[in-house]
Amino acid sequence: MRAEASLDSGSPVGSRGVSASPLLKTELLSVKFGGLAALSEVNFQVARDEVRAVIGPNGAGKSTFFNCLTGVLRPTGGRIIFDGEEITGLRSNLISRKGIARSYQITNILPNASVLENVRIAAQSRRHAWNMVSHHGAFADVNARAESALQSVGLLAKAYELAANLSHGEQRNLEIGIALATEPKLLCLDEPTAGMSAAETNETKELIGRIAKDLSILIVEHDMEVVMELCHRITVLHYGQILAEGTPQEIQENPRVQEVYLKT
Amino acid sequence: MSTAVQSVEPLVRVEDVHTYYGKSHILHGVSLTVGAGEVVGLLGRNGVGKSTTLKTIMGLVQPTRGSVMLNGHAITGLPPHKLARLGIAYVPEDRRIFRLLTVMENLRTGLDRKGVTEETRKALLDKVFAYFPVLAERRTQAGGTLSGGEQQMLAIARAMMLEPKIILLDEPTEGLMPRMVSQIGRIIEVLHNEGISILLVEQNVPLTLRASQRVYIMEKGNVRHHCAASELDVNDTVIKQYLGV
Repeated sequence: MRAEASLDSGSPVGSRGVSASPLLKTELLSVKFGGLAALSEVNFQVARDEVRAVIGPNGAGKSTFFNCLTGVLRPTGGRIIFDGEEITGLRSNLISRKGIARSYQITNILPNASVLENVRIAAQSRRHAWNMVSHHGAFADVNARAESALQSVGLLAKAYELAANLSHGEQRNLEIGIALATEPKLLCLDEPTAGMSAAETNETKELIGRIAKDLSILIVEHDMEVVMELCHRITVLHYGQILAEGTPQEIQENPRVQEVYLKT
Repeated sequence: MSTAVQSVEPLVRVEDVHTYYGKSHILHGVSLTVGAGEVVGLLGRNGVGKSTTLKTIMGLVQPTRGSVMLNGHAITGLPPHKLARLGIAYVPEDRRIFRLLTVMENLRTGLDRKGVTEETRKALLDKVFAYFPVLAERRTQAGGTLSGGEQQMLAIARAMMLEPKIILLDEPTEGLMPRMVSQIGRIIEVLHNEGISILLVEQNVPLTLRASQRVYIMEKGNVRHHCAASELDVNDTVIKQYLGV
């Protein structure tokens, strides 16, 4: 299950066919803001069904990296290949349709819609424009998928509540549900436990562990317990470059990584 | 523990403070003290509540529970401008330099206030220009044209214009070159020698352990560890647990 194999081979248990190619791959990915290289020539791969953490101190380039992968930001150099297809520079809506979903550092929900409506809108984005003939069937299908997404994040019982009435932790989990409803192959989570209590963090950690069985996940997270328990491999970014990559144990034993974190 | 004389009441006492942003419960009962003239470090990873603790003391966010005391008087809920007058200065992480104002004008935002005599004014300016000669050189230059390190110096110098009892310093070394980092270390020493208390939020562990008398380590909105800075070493397991990987 664990994808500690070499970078060239994906996990052998990919649920989507026999492909051994990585699900996501970046080649020399670079972003410059004026004279500042926020990302420089990052070569990165995620295997199918892998859970990967991207960590690093403030300003390491983690959010920039996520923004490139999800089409929020256009890279200034390099390529992004997803599921065998180049997606470099595609707009975020197209990237979403290719199968990359994302949750943000800041809660991003529709507070005045019901919990179900929040995920249903995301589920609908996977269907083509309304068609009078198939309308009914399509609707049922969208509902079913929305409900299954809510089930995955443990919010089915609150489907008809206003999203605004959920607790902070539930709202964060709803966001993950919204991302799941787009049926992604890769889910990018930006600080999923930010601002959560210890109890909420634990619940979300378990939730992520559950959904990780069916898809690849990339996590940016500062809570090291979450990172070490959930992730197969960890990539450490520093000044826009990959400083280290390895299993949680390898990263914990890497003196360079500790230096960068403690600024020694 | 600290070098300061043991007084009845610390300069600042934060007691069981709970702070929320919207529904997000950020501080879960934080308590800490800063003695008169003491430098206290507040360490922790991103997002554990360090800046929120400073903002709560400064009145920028209101705690839902708990209290903040200054010299034994409750100051919880007072607006920031009143707290500034009472002697609390705040240097935010993003420095908040007025980019279009000159260095001198930036300093004057702290100087042009009631009760500042011409002598005090001159003495304060002489002092910061002696400590930060680069600011004297650039006094007519727009704040926005300074380098990151110079902006940090200006932000600290501007705080000094208030003749504060305490400065709340939020990650002063963030994004600075190593040379500037050691300079910030020296500036903290200078402030300490002036008798100004400092609550220093940092991620730079060696600097914090050097500059502070005591340190608090936070995680998930709580203080998890508290000790004299001299008791800690960068290689201690407690440092690795709460700050390393």
